[in-house]
Amino acid sequence: MAGSSFRRRKSVRGIVLQGGFLALIAAVVIGATLTARDTLAKQGLTSGFGFLRKATGWEMNFSLLPTTTSDPYWWYLLMGLLNTLFMGVIGLTGASVLGLVVGLMRSGRNPAARLLATLYIELFRNLPLILQLFFWYAMANALPAPRQSLEIGRALVNARGIYLPGLAIGPGTVALAILAVAVGACVAIWVLAARRFRRMEPQRQRRLSLAALGAGLALAAVAVLAGHEPGTAWTSWPALAGLKVDGGFRVQPEVYALAIAIMTYGAAYVGEIVRGGFKAVGRGQMEAAAALGLSPWQIFSRVRMPLAFRAMLPILINQYVWLIKATTLGIAVGFSDFFMVIASSINHSGQTFEFIAILMGGFLLINFTLAAVLNRLNRAIALKGHQTTGVQ
Amino acid sequence: MTGPARSRTRLKRWRKDYFGSPGAALMTLFSVAALGAILWFLIDWGLIRATFGTDGTQKTCAAAGGACWSVIAVRWRVILFGIYPFDEQWRAALACGVVALVILLSCIPRLWSFRRLALIWTLGTAVFYALMRGGVLGLVPVNEQQWGGLPLTLFVFVATGVIGMPLAIGLALLRRSDYPLIARVSGWIIDTIRSLPLLSILFTCAIVLPFMLPGFLIGEKLYRVVFGAALFFAAYQAEIIRGGFQGIPLGQEEAAKALGLSYWQRMGRIVLPQAFRLALPATINQFVIAFMETSLIVVVGFMELLAAGNTAFKTGDWKFAYAEVYVFIALIYFTFVFGLSRYGAYLEARMNAGHARD
Repeated sequence: MAGSSFRRRKSVRGIVLQGGFLALIAAVVIGATLTARDTLAKQGLTSGFGFLRKATGWEMNFSLLPTTTSDPYWWYLLMGLLNTLFMGVIGLTGASVLGLVVGLMRSGRNPAARLLATLYIELFRNLPLILQLFFWYAMANALPAPRQSLEIGRALVNARGIYLPGLAIGPGTVALAILAVAVGACVAIWVLAARRFRRMEPQRQRRLSLAALGAGLALAAVAVLAGHEPGTAWTSWPALAGLKVDGGFRVQPEVYALAIAIMTYGAAYVGEIVRGGFKAVGRGQMEAAAALGLSPWQIFSRVRMPLAFRAMLPILINQYVWLIKATTLGIAVGFSDFFMVIASSINHSGQTFEFIAILMGGFLLINFTLAAVLNRLNRAIALKGHQTTGVQ
Repeated sequence: MTGPARSRTRLKRWRKDYFGSPGAALMTLFSVAALGAILWFLIDWGLIRATFGTDGTQKTCAAAGGACWSVIAVRWRVILFGIYPFDEQWRAALACGVVALVILLSCIPRLWSFRRLALIWTLGTAVFYALMRGGVLGLVPVNEQQWGGLPLTLFVFVATGVIGMPLAIGLALLRRSDYPLIARVSGWIIDTIRSLPLLSILFTCAIVLPFMLPGFLIGEKLYRVVFGAALFFAAYQAEIIRGGFQGIPLGQEEAAKALGLSYWQRMGRIVLPQAFRLALPATINQFVIAFMETSLIVVVGFMELLAAGNTAFKTGDWKFAYAEVYVFIALIYFTFVFGLSRYGAYLEARMNAGHARD
């Protein structure tokens, strides 16, 4: 009897506590919503998502596809999202490659290389990213004026940007071509990694994957050929024309300053993760490989690297998600990423809550997608029943 | 092994490490060349050809060809204190000293109990606030909008810790609650905050929050932004504490229950102290990150250390001297962050050593 009344008292307490907790949160949310509606009504603003079709009336500093001031908000938001993804891809790739080099140098046997890598990591990791970004941006702006442009090969470098020789095709065509290559690469990776293709012979699997990649490249070539206006030159070289530079492909200071900052900063973290991954590979694994008569390169590429990669991946996932979020710093130098588009939209339209909701939705989507894909990869390559050190 | 033999094997190992294969030799040459170039550039640019003193100008500095430290000599008070009233800047300097003292004190293991740490941090914050804000003890009041430079950076950092830590403990306890609804909902809250960029949270707190709060709660923009930073810190720190919880054997809490301890006694005396011990390295790391992230408030219009540095070289004739100003600011950040992270590494090594002996 005593036991049941004790249990009943406990369950009543549970209901009261949980109900109270939910009621508190609901009260905060409802209170905030009501206050917000009041404030907005006083300022004569209407809520709802109808404004998405209205023209923005302001310009975007940077976008991959053309934008004009008469474009609607939804197109700007889409372009902002694309810019964020674009910067994320560049930043993550650069940080991974540079970080791998730094990490390898730091976990190698050569003391001079180790010292260099350690200095790099300690310097870049212990300074705020925004400070590094400001430094790169100030450096980009301190380059000589267009008339005194530096010439590196046939590229021109000045305070207005880096002018690279480019193909004379429109940005839409470039986007299509990149999309085709990206889809081809994704299909190729999927064929290699997905469980569905496990039963296939390795050789056929590899050939199928290569075919997918080839198809992507071919589609890109078709897009470029179709997008090129007949009768015009294929390449466009940057050349000085009065006070400015004509032709070529311009990379703005905001874009490359942000890309450099994210790459170098991310590389310091990735370098540490890589070192940790190599440390996690048991000595016995390498000794066993050496005893089997594998060459040093084979030991590295077939035994050490795959095992280290499995140990690194979970930590790398967190770091990648963090780096994607770091692209929002673009607003500090004027790179029109998703966050900057949202911030300027709020300033211009006053539709605060709708835009904040879109902002949250956008980042939740990016983060969950990235984390889901990488976690899937993590599960796909995990050794069944093994830890990375080979200890059961 | 005798002396000469040992030194011979060491020499052999050295030769193998540095020049064992063509690849290693190439690596050595490249690394030594890079290190030498960096070192020589720093000495040449920063010392030999640099201009010191307050009388350097763009012309004389360019003629010397090195760093122009005159910008620091002339503008250091702007960089360090922003637009804080000039005659009152001794107060700001004193306030920075108080914060440094608080941080040093909390690094002493003997003071590690909830009550002592809470006392140190709240007392430190109160003294800091009194010095900066004024209006008491005959100090001239200084509005929050005039705060700037290093004291503002330190204030945001300390306030983030003081508000964020209790919030983090609360969130972590809610997330491990036995009641599924409470655990689930607080889990959602933590995960949502963690998946947003800090910048968007600061922006929301600075610009959107006033719409959603009744008039008496809106307050100064600085406090709203600090609250946002604290919330973000708390979400991450809550997960770190949760990691600490997971490292405690189940028997600990069961034994405490069997002894008849209440929930708060179990948490305050058994679970939380052990969780914090396990989570200590990660916690220090989180504080390091929080310190670096204070610089993000530039974006919502505060004149902290970084923004004050920007104004120091963007106004007047110092536009060319951006590198010198950034190096100066970087040194301040680096000293603090590197010191704290070394301290964290030392603590971790000490804890591991203790475990190995057990």
